[in-house]
Amino acid sequence: MFAVFVIFLPFIMALFLPAVHRLIGDRLIGWYVMAVPLVLFATLVRLIPRIADGEVIDVSYAWIPEAGIDLAVRVDGLGMIFALLITGVGTLVALYSIYYLSPRESLGHFYVYLLLFMGAMLGVVFSDNLMLLYTFWELTSISSFLLIAFWYHRKGSRYGAQKAMLITVMGGVSMLAGFLMLYFMTGTFSISEIIGMRETLAGESLIVPAMFLILLGAFTKSVQFPFHIWLPDAMEAPTPVSAYLHSATMVKAGIYLVALFTPLFGGLDAWFWSLSIAGIVTLLWGAFNAMKQNDLKALLAYSTISQLGLIMSLLGFGSAALSADAAGDPTVYAAAGFAALFYLLNHSTFKGLLFMVIGIVDHEIGTRDIRRLGGLMSFMPVTFTFAVIGSFSMAGLPPFNGFLSKEMFFGAAVNIASGQPFAGGAEVLFPVVGWLASVFTFVYCTIIVYRTFLGPVQPEKIDRVPREAPKGMLVAPGILAALVILIFFFPNIIGKYVIGPAMPVMFPVLSQEANLVPEIEAWHGVNLPLVMTFGVIALGLLLFITFRHWKRIYRVAPFRWTMDSIYRGLLQTGEAGSTIVTDLYMTGRSRDYFAFIYVFFLVTVGGMLFLTGAFEPDFSRGPVGIFEISFVIIMAFAAIAMLFARSRITATLLNGVLGYSVAIFFVFFRAPDLALTQTVIETVTTVLFLLCFHFLPEWKPEDSPLRTKIVNGLIAIGAGTLVTAFGLTVQGYDVYSSISSYFEDSYKLAGGSNIVNAILGDFRAFDTMLEVVVLFIAGIGVYTLIALKPKKGGDDIEGK
Amino acid sequence: MKENDVILRTVTRVVVFIILTFGVELFLSGHHNPGGGFVGGLVLSSALVLLYVVFDIETVHQGVPFDFRKIAAFGAMISLLSGTAAAVLGKPFLTQGFGYFDLPIFGLTELATVTVFEAGVALTVIGTVVTIILSISKDV
Repeated sequence: MFAVFVIFLPFIMALFLPAVHRLIGDRLIGWYVMAVPLVLFATLVRLIPRIADGEVIDVSYAWIPEAGIDLAVRVDGLGMIFALLITGVGTLVALYSIYYLSPRESLGHFYVYLLLFMGAMLGVVFSDNLMLLYTFWELTSISSFLLIAFWYHRKGSRYGAQKAMLITVMGGVSMLAGFLMLYFMTGTFSISEIIGMRETLAGESLIVPAMFLILLGAFTKSVQFPFHIWLPDAMEAPTPVSAYLHSATMVKAGIYLVALFTPLFGGLDAWFWSLSIAGIVTLLWGAFNAMKQNDLKALLAYSTISQLGLIMSLLGFGSAALSADAAGDPTVYAAAGFAALFYLLNHSTFKGLLFMVIGIVDHEIGTRDIRRLGGLMSFMPVTFTFAVIGSFSMAGLPPFNGFLSKEMFFGAAVNIASGQPFAGGAEVLFPVVGWLASVFTFVYCTIIVYRTFLGPVQPEKIDRVPREAPKGMLVAPGILAALVILIFFFPNIIGKYVIGPAMPVMFPVLSQEANLVPEIEAWHGVNLPLVMTFGVIALGLLLFITFRHWKRIYRVAPFRWTMDSIYRGLLQTGEAGSTIVTDLYMTGRSRDYFAFIYVFFLVTVGGMLFLTGAFEPDFSRGPVGIFEISFVIIMAFAAIAMLFARSRITATLLNGVLGYSVAIFFVFFRAPDLALTQTVIETVTTVLFLLCFHFLPEWKPEDSPLRTKIVNGLIAIGAGTLVTAFGLTVQGYDVYSSISSYFEDSYKLAGGSNIVNAILGDFRAFDTMLEVVVLFIAGIGVYTLIALKPKKGGDDIEGK
Repeated sequence: MKENDVILRTVTRVVVFIILTFGVELFLSGHHNPGGGFVGGLVLSSALVLLYVVFDIETVHQGVPFDFRKIAAFGAMISLLSGTAAAVLGKPFLTQGFGYFDLPIFGLTELATVTVFEAGVALTVIGTVVTIILSISKDV
């Protein structure tokens, strides 16, 4: 129960938010929201000892048991790390945004989206059912879309939101396909059960396709090359959102997914290579592109891309521990998985800190373009200190936590290169590329500090007098800065109690090994990783000083081509293509649409009747009396007369004759309900017709060429004949036993003697409910189309 | 367009009440006889439409000051929520219940939860039909 409460508390609080907002006003609503992650964080922290003992909390409620979908929640060491991040960083971000957002913004929307995201993200990391995980996964995409487009009047925001949505949902859907494959192989949606079957699953032929599809979901979410392009555009979101979703939590959902499925796919060569190569390429490409950015947030976006690549590659290195035919000591490789989670945690602290610092600069100075900034150190000493702590940690310098995890990354890459678990040879490149990317990382970290806070002030390029941020705004980054330093000095508390419990979850076969959870040491003697760090500093400084001279490299061909242009091209081609297809059949004449519908009907239904030889007219049912015959004649007369009507009013009245005659047929066949409804509908429709009468175009005789007329006539006659044939065939069709006997008990089962209504309101109430909703949506649709259409000379909303 | 429609107006004043009563009757009798939420709602909305045709929108709005869009939404919500009651009690969603009660004036009467569901249907129908007709007639 408790675990379900953790997921649903944010949703429940979001539900009450509008009412509370009205009650306590703009000033206090942020504190109401902040209470949610704070309470959850405190609850989760109290669970740490139990989880550290290896306990797993499993709760499951039946949701759609027929489909195997349960509300299954599982709290284990792995989910715990992410949940602590979500709630911990969530608290700080909520605190920060209280000061960051002005009360003039629509705070209600912002906080509802934020809570929605929080709940969805907690759902992702605690779900133990694939379908539940998928639902929450897509919900994070949707809330991210809403948050990126928070300032929806900006074109960039809308573009960025759409791009993020298209790419992550594309990945999400392929992930769903992967999940379904797993379901077909195992017959269950339960993640823990599927992972328990990993040995039998290894031989299945679908396992590799399923793996790639799931990886596609993880890679799009966690911005791996070439899907990284949405993250820089997502920076249009307010800075607290960027700090929270687009660096600390949501983009790490892909990392979580990979870690979650490591026990299942970890032994596959393809898993090792895809993760390692995608990660290393992303690491290098992100770092390389970060250096050229002028917008500080874009710089941080590329640095996030690069570091997510680093974590992904570490998970790849770690998976070698699970491979049966990998050479070397598995626990040595497993340490890479540990490093991945440690880096992930550290990344959330220093990157969250840096985002908040950039937010402060943007908030106080009014720009975050490094060409206009400089020399802010003396005006914003506290912010400057935070920036130094965050940047140096990111660059991998002591005494900050980034140093520890960077060293561990170098160590893991060197282990892979020297151990050669798959004897591919390419492993030798991993530490080299990783080291080069770290040099780039050092360069852009220096750029952040130097170009923003040091050097000359440029008062002519900024509109405001620089000053330090309000105290409240400095609290959240202050806490993160303290963590960055504290983790450096006491890394093993985190290592043992937070990250340690996740290791047996990721590497279940190694759970008995004593040294599965390595000791983190700041000083381990002069070894290769330390030498590499010295190299990073030396070359990094050199590159930074000479940056101006080699900057031109970005204009050279392969670096100028971006994945962005491919995305734009695809989008434009897609839109142009669909326009061509749509224009082909959307003629704007209802006559054509009817022709399409009837031709389709003739081909499918008629073809079916013809091909299967099912056409067997049956005239034996019931006598045809004089009433029926006379009304058929009346209807036929009205229908034919309509073709020759000279005015619209005649046609309308003749149409009414048809409608009321149908009602009379219902009376003949003893269906009073239908007759009643048909009569009223006919009346209301006629009124509608009369209302529109003035505004309809002039009634003109058809002037299309004879050929079209003949074709349309044939289609009409064919459709009529087919309906008749179909009706007669159905009469003689007795293959299945009738289900109507069940409904005959309506008085006993539903307490009503009107079978029709007992079916509508009781036996098949779900259908009726959905129909009601559809009717309502149709009504809203008509209303919006008419009431909200642009007036003459008004704004064209869509074109803007 | 000035027309002498005294007869129409006078007749409408009387007939509208007959139609409204008939609509309510149809709605209530739906459990055992022809009728029900959908057709009941349609008849009720046809009475309203008649009012709108004979008198102008403003006049009718003074007498029937409802926002029919909200009525439609409210109805759809009732239909939806009436089903959740069963779900809360552990029955499948939208399970309807009924029982026979001895009421003071009516004697032994059958009460059924399906009435609530059908009321939602009726309100949605009224709201949607009137909304559509008003939108179209306002769009001059």
